[in-house]
Amino acid sequence: MERSKNDVWVGLFVLLGVLALVFLALKSANLLSFQWATTYQVSARFDNIGGLKPKAPVKASGVVVGHIDTIRFDDKSYQAQVMLRMDQRYAFPKDSTLKILTSGLLGEQYIGIEAGAEAVNLVEGDTISQTQSAVVLENLISQFLYSKAADGPANGSSK
Amino acid sequence: MKSPARSPWHPAEIGFSSRLALADWGYGARLFLRLMWPGYALLRRPRLVTDQIHYMGNYSLAIIVVSGTFVGFVLALQGYYTLQRYGSSEALGLLVALSLVRELGPVIAALLFAGRAGTSLTAEIGLMKAGEQLSAMEMMAVDPVRRILAPRFWGAVIAMPLLAAIFSAMGILGGWLVGVVMIGVDAGAFWSQMQSGVDVWADVGNGVLKSVIFGLAISFIALLQGFVAQPTPEGVSLATTRTVVLASLTVLALDFVLTALMFSI
Repeated sequence: MERSKNDVWVGLFVLLGVLALVFLALKSANLLSFQWATTYQVSARFDNIGGLKPKAPVKASGVVVGHIDTIRFDDKSYQAQVMLRMDQRYAFPKDSTLKILTSGLLGEQYIGIEAGAEAVNLVEGDTISQTQSAVVLENLISQFLYSKAADGPANGSSK
Repeated sequence: MKSPARSPWHPAEIGFSSRLALADWGYGARLFLRLMWPGYALLRRPRLVTDQIHYMGNYSLAIIVVSGTFVGFVLALQGYYTLQRYGSSEALGLLVALSLVRELGPVIAALLFAGRAGTSLTAEIGLMKAGEQLSAMEMMAVDPVRRILAPRFWGAVIAMPLLAAIFSAMGILGGWLVGVVMIGVDAGAFWSQMQSGVDVWADVGNGVLKSVIFGLAISFIALLQGFVAQPTPEGVSLATTRTVVLASLTVLALDFVLTALMFSI
């Protein structure tokens, strides 16, 4: 096949296009972030996960230490079973606590992990038993109303 | 000869014109199949295709890069204006990336490509036809569809997704420039929100698939219009105009259908 001076420019164009695709895949969609770090999987059960979604971060003191792998409903215990992929670099005691938190008022929900006191660390396949469900606004309001109603008349008359 | 007094709504006239339209559609479909089947000739002579990629891809780079950057600028400005009302301006990166990768990148790049490269394809083929170069090739037993049309078709189909990807990447960089550098959105939040919200296959992959389909549509329309153009100056100019109008409308209509297929839940 004969060569031409266009070859290098066509090559450059194709290279640029492929680079743009790689940029989109890596920088905007973060294709390789999960495979790079070795992880271990732990599971947890929540009474209510609220608006938690797969791939949401797991944070300890605000630092991302893992991601949510899958969420499914367990019809034996009637709870949500959440599988977490934790970064191998970070170890947590077996009695750590999970909370479903919200970033900001309207932000995404994520799982906060608080370290416990036990000497043994979590390993692959462990289950975290101490969990705190997402705050559901309706429950919060009804609780507030009930407590208001319980001590309502005394407070009302003192005003 | 038909009588000149007959109204266009006369059944015979309607039948005649619909038969003509059907024949046009059949001719187009046949040409499309022949283009889609490039045969071994193109594999043996990839030079023909790379020359077309050079002509359509490299020369479209400037307009794609510049407009991509400016679309990113505008997206960041407008997106920030809306998002900061709800106190979630850190989602700006997600907004810019998703709208570019899913919609604006493929669609605007395709519209620009139709204007920049589609017209030149039509004009080139039309003028070749007007100059009887295509007939001359046929006289020499060279198939003009295979020698002239197919390399242009495949060059455009290859160049289009690359251009769309460059458009999206430049747009995201433009959005970063305005959002993070100028307005002062937190850089970490900008990228991390984008990375947690954009999926490689569902968003980037479908965007690429869209741009491949747009490339097929644009180059086919451009080549068909050039190939069936009246071999006169008016005919070629009409065909060029028609290419832009038809290709743009097809891209927008296809985009709606593809979006409905890909992203509806």
